Amino acid sequence: MTSYIQKIQEVSARLLKECKVDMVIGFRKGTIPLMNEPYFARTAEDVQNLVWDSNCGINLANYLTDRKENIGIIAKGCDARNIVTHIVENKIKREQLVIIGVPCKGMINKRKITAMSEGEITEVTEDENNVTVKGDGFEKVLNKKDVLQQNCALCIHRNPIEYDELIAETVEEQKDIDRYADIREIEALSPAEKDKYFEDLFSTCIRCYACRNACPLCYCPTCFTDEAKPQWVGKSQDQTDIETFHFLRAFHCAGRCTDCGACERACPVGINMRLLTRKLEKDCFDLFEWEAGMSLDVRPPLDTYKPGDPDDFIK
Amino acid sequence: MKVIQIDKEKWADGLDRLAGSYRLFAPVKEEEFYNFKELAKDEAPDLNYLNTRLSPKAIIYPQSEIMFEYSLDESAEDHHIMKEVDNSYSPQAVIGVRPCDAKAFLLVRLNFDTPEYKDPYWIRAYESTTLVGLACDSPCSSCFCTTAGCGPYHEEGLDILLVDADNHFLAKVLTEKGEKLIKAAGWDTAADEAEAGKKIETGKQAAETKISAFVNTDRLPEIDTVELYKAPFWEDVSFSCINCGTCTFVCPTCWCFDIQDENHGKSGVRMRNWDSCMFPLFTVHGTGHNPRGTQLHRVRQRFMHKLKYYVDKYDVGIQCVGCGRCVRSCPVNIDIRRVCELMNNYGTEKDSCAA
Repeated sequence: MTSYIQKIQEVSARLLKECKVDMVIGFRKGTIPLMNEPYFARTAEDVQNLVWDSNCGINLANYLTDRKENIGIIAKGCDARNIVTHIVENKIKREQLVIIGVPCKGMINKRKITAMSEGEITEVTEDENNVTVKGDGFEKVLNKKDVLQQNCALCIHRNPIEYDELIAETVEEQKDIDRYADIREIEALSPAEKDKYFEDLFSTCIRCYACRNACPLCYCPTCFTDEAKPQWVGKSQDQTDIETFHFLRAFHCAGRCTDCGACERACPVGINMRLLTRKLEKDCFDLFEWEAGMSLDVRPPLDTYKPGDPDDFIK
Repeated sequence: MKVIQIDKEKWADGLDRLAGSYRLFAPVKEEEFYNFKELAKDEAPDLNYLNTRLSPKAIIYPQSEIMFEYSLDESAEDHHIMKEVDNSYSPQAVIGVRPCDAKAFLLVRLNFDTPEYKDPYWIRAYESTTLVGLACDSPCSSCFCTTAGCGPYHEEGLDILLVDADNHFLAKVLTEKGEKLIKAAGWDTAADEAEAGKKIETGKQAAETKISAFVNTDRLPEIDTVELYKAPFWEDVSFSCINCGTCTFVCPTCWCFDIQDENHGKSGVRMRNWDSCMFPLFTVHGTGHNPRGTQLHRVRQRFMHKLKYYVDKYDVGIQCVGCGRCVRSCPVNIDIRRVCELMNNYGTEKDSCAA
């Protein structure tokens, strides 16, 4: 990890010095354990603040939307796929970017680690395979593999597919991963059971929209939930309105979501709304053999028509 | 001041008795987080929490609250007339509220209960609520209450302060409301006041020394508001913000709301819902113009309100009790302690390197 940091700082400093970019978007060290903060470096001095570890789960592609500068951006596998999606959707131009690719071994799950600890965590350190968690009266060494965010445990694209600089050798991709076991279980439920399942899932939602706002796909100038004329969704804690928001948002991400996990990570009350986006991801793969953000040259299936597209739903 | 000793063996019995005359709210662990919940019959408070994920503000100021109802049926005599809904405001008690969260109600009161304006919903709910605090012996590393006008044993805003003393609680009765609740619970063993006082003082000092995070707010009143508004650090502070409402919704002192009418067929309700200054919609005008059109505007507003406008307007310190929830819950780790430091140091030599 420290070798990553050194290289990230080196590359960033060089890009800024050579005026290839106006800023480098990365992470700076967080003020509390298990967190880092998205950060932009504009000078060689700022570059010293750039860090990298397993707490960089926020998707930095979210910070590119409609920016006008030339930007260096630190990108793990999923970030890079979302950058590709951003380029395909005209939210940033490829020539504005220098993508600094980071082969990723997964981000750790803050909530899971917190729940496993006997008290407040005050310090977390990590090496290649282990995470050491310390607090008042306890110290624990956890195998990183056991405490990954679920999306990282299921990830099959850890290496950035689009980059200009790569800060380390590529890592081995995970093979034989069953990405959709939990989704199949929900698919098998009856409509009434599904209704209940989703009611429970979203019962704690406080409508802060952290999931939407952490998502690089959610860049609409006015989200449908914020429209006033007409107002599509009520704003109270009404369960139907809450579910309407989550379902519709998920549908808007169909064929675009890379399962970066930023939504779930951002949620202050621990809702796994990825169950919705992953169902759509699964459908896109089953119907179109499509994975989002894998190529700058192919149009996404939902914004193009091909004669071979499945059309069984037309009765 | 009266101190009652409540043996832990008598704790549950007392709560049972209270349930007859109060609706009881207390921390309960739900999956991975603690939150305040109305206790069901025979449900016990779980007092092993550091603090709850969400503040207890919703017990007095619900996230969605119906104020009026009306009929749109023109054949009805009273159609299109707003009628107040019949909310009971029966007595309720919050058991195990942290001193920071109790103090927060007093800050919110400055907005809802003023000489000019009285918010009837908030006031009625507040008046029907008894706050039974639990002194905080294990503050989190992100708590900074002692420099935010509060503290782990702070009494302002509480009706009773409970101090955990192994096999019993010491209950410091602070108000008439508190007195009434203690009686209703049947807890009647007076503690030796001198000894109890000493114990509470020792606990207080031990807890206060455990607070490891601080903010400096001494310069905030004197800094020129416009200069601070124009400070260059806002771009840096706001960069990572995703403009979600997490900080404002978990905050015990954020009070903003939005009023909505919702119709269902021929009837409807007028309700208020928590709003957030982090949302673009918060300030957008009917014309479509938004005076706080950028993320920088909105982030600056939140911190300026809490740490400058409020300070100037009320002269009672910052609009923050140091509970640390926004620090712990922010998805991108924006830290009010850091921002406060930047603001407080603005215009001094320290300000250039603080970021």
